Amino acid sequence: MNRIVEKIQLSDDVFRLKVEAPLIAHERKAGQFVIVQLDTNFGERIPLTIADADPAAGTITLIFQAVGHTTHKLADLNTGDRIENLLGPLGRPTHIEKFGTAVCIGGGIGVAPLHPIAQALKAAGNRMVIIMGARTKNLLIMEPEMRRIADELIICTDDGSCGRKALVTEPLKEICQRTPPPDIAVAIGPPIMMKFCAEATRPFKVHTMVSLNTIMIDGTGMCGGCRVTVGKETKFVCVDGPEFDGHLVDFDNMITRLGAYKTQEKKAHDQCHLEAEVAALAKKQGAG
Amino acid sequence: MSHKTPEELAAEAKRLLTDIEPRQATLKPRDRMAIPPQEMPAQDPMVRRGNMNEVATGYTAAQARVEAMRCLQCKNAPCMEGCPVRINIPAFLKAAADGDFSNAISIIKQNSLLPAVCGRVCPQETQCQAPCTVGKGLKDISKAVAIGRVERFVADWLAEQQKQDTPGIKPATGKKVAIIGSGPASITAAADIRREGHAVTMFEAFHKPGGVLMYGIPEFRLPKRIVEQEIETLKRMGVEVRTNFVVGRTRKLKDLLEQDGFDAAFVGTGAGLPKFMNIEGENLVGVYSANEYLTRVNLMKAYDRDRASTPILPSKKTVVAGGGNVAMDAARSALRMGAEEVHLVYRRTEAEMPARVEEVAHAKEEGVIFHLLQNPVRILGEKGIVTAVECLRYELGAPDDSGRRRPVAIKGSEFLMEADTVIIAIGNDSNPLIKQTTTEIEVNKYGNIIIDENGQTTLPRVYAGGDIVLGAATVILAMGQGRRAAESINAMLAGTQP
Repeated sequence: MNRIVEKIQLSDDVFRLKVEAPLIAHERKAGQFVIVQLDTNFGERIPLTIADADPAAGTITLIFQAVGHTTHKLADLNTGDRIENLLGPLGRPTHIEKFGTAVCIGGGIGVAPLHPIAQALKAAGNRMVIIMGARTKNLLIMEPEMRRIADELIICTDDGSCGRKALVTEPLKEICQRTPPPDIAVAIGPPIMMKFCAEATRPFKVHTMVSLNTIMIDGTGMCGGCRVTVGKETKFVCVDGPEFDGHLVDFDNMITRLGAYKTQEKKAHDQCHLEAEVAALAKKQGAG
Repeated sequence: MSHKTPEELAAEAKRLLTDIEPRQATLKPRDRMAIPPQEMPAQDPMVRRGNMNEVATGYTAAQARVEAMRCLQCKNAPCMEGCPVRINIPAFLKAAADGDFSNAISIIKQNSLLPAVCGRVCPQETQCQAPCTVGKGLKDISKAVAIGRVERFVADWLAEQQKQDTPGIKPATGKKVAIIGSGPASITAAADIRREGHAVTMFEAFHKPGGVLMYGIPEFRLPKRIVEQEIETLKRMGVEVRTNFVVGRTRKLKDLLEQDGFDAAFVGTGAGLPKFMNIEGENLVGVYSANEYLTRVNLMKAYDRDRASTPILPSKKTVVAGGGNVAMDAARSALRMGAEEVHLVYRRTEAEMPARVEEVAHAKEEGVIFHLLQNPVRILGEKGIVTAVECLRYELGAPDDSGRRRPVAIKGSEFLMEADTVIIAIGNDSNPLIKQTTTEIEVNKYGNIIIDENGQTTLPRVYAGGDIVLGAATVILAMGQGRRAAESINAMLAGTQP
């Protein structure tokens, strides 16, 4: 169980894993996530969105970016290796209905969790306008998959290396200004990107859903570590979310809370790189 | 508490035992009451506040025997009335007094499956020891027979014998029972049901079983190897333990019953929903629920700074809000995590604190600073990070429906307490996941599952017990409910009960 059946590198530090997890594949709905832990005694528990699932094959797909020591370790696993602890599916499924026209905005790795939601919205009969953005061409992922879903696809890069040279909020504002405006917006990506997408749609009163990715431990609602302020209330991303109304989320607080352990994370990340370097050197010396 | 070293206590007990043993059979009640109560050896407070090792190191055999001899073996045994699972206390104490530890632990195990745990964490001062005749006679409840300490001794003694004591299992019945959760209620139910020959599968959401025994109660109060031993015993009995499985999400409860062939289910999912105060600033960085704090320290081993990946933010001043065992655990854990100062803020007085007397005493010895009749009203911060707690002073007014006097705020008494870490330890509600994903199960206004006198919920063949029914309570109450539900499940599966 939890065996990796396929591993593909999508870009510099973005990986796609297909994992044997029949129960999760069977129950999973768009918008839900898993908690991954690589070492039962000391490993960190981290949330990753379920990018796709194949109930017949009994597999789920995880797409992630290696940005810290746990995701680096995960990226080091290969086909045939097991993920020691995998819990899911967690979180509330995305509310899908025929809204009319849906504009979906994926920032960087955010396209991965956006994809299943966009698929479900399309299947429900929505007209799909999809905006994909990344810093540069190399960091764009899943373009063919999104092209298959989109009635209209707009690609942006910060440096203009592919598509339009713009931040995603530019085309988003233009779309909001159309007559009629879109019926719903779904924005997934780095917190700051979701914040600015919500600000972009606010004056046009386009209902905007965001999918939050906070620090989590249990993922089942027992610790409150993932809590965010939504409107005047406190909500737990793991059981009340991960999706919320982007116009009500206190992004500043969420971003500060995400950075709570920056110092410890950097130390662990640096250590991880150092260890990788040492291992590579040792291998070279052994081979030489 | 004890100012004598463990060595001194051991030597004294040995001398006492040598003196009393020859005349043991002729001891009169007056002689027994004159035996000095045996203090629990403990690590020195200033040493132990820097380590995670068990604080109370346990009686020696001589201490256990001497303490057990203090029992008057009184006919009406009020201690048994005080015990939620009615352990035959005078009988096990008599065996312990005679040095027959094997018999002592067997007697306890007729009613309690977790003596190594309960001996350590039961609030004996409000249960078995409260009505003890000796304590009453000496007009000092702290001088009652130390039933819990003797229980702990014989439980530890058994573990040391390293005889893998696996209960006998009746022949396979072909029936299957799902146990949801792996805390004390579930562990107990699983054992009792498995003994009848039914197949038992225990489902646990975390990567390690044990529930609150693992993530909540700290290592220095309840060593995790004890919890692991209990789980190992279940596995040797043939219970299947499936971790990383959250019933309600990984699989719905009803699917387990209707599609996966389970004939009954026991819900022991516990009080895993942290209560926040809903005050300004509660979402600032540095504010933790006690659940999060303790899970990071206990389950994710934040204290092992070299190896753990789930840290605690370093702290100069930690403020803990609350007065129960969880608050004491959080405060004492904070000390061990290196906080320079730990302040505990509670809105009533020490007399109303629900925490075990021993935990309050240990916390004080270790240097936790208590602020009574005070309560946080606002948490302040800079750049999203906590910097201070604004507190109000209180006085006690008329009793509320818990019977305790209600704290009344003193207007204009606000003051600031500097803090870089705030731990909210004001209680936990029942985890809502099973209720949310199984609509037929009814809960009361607090979110606790409603059960009948057999422990059955409003969904047939589904039973419940422990904190999910009682609200955050104790291990022994959870165990009692687990036993009752198991008895009903066993009767139902045998066809002897509808």
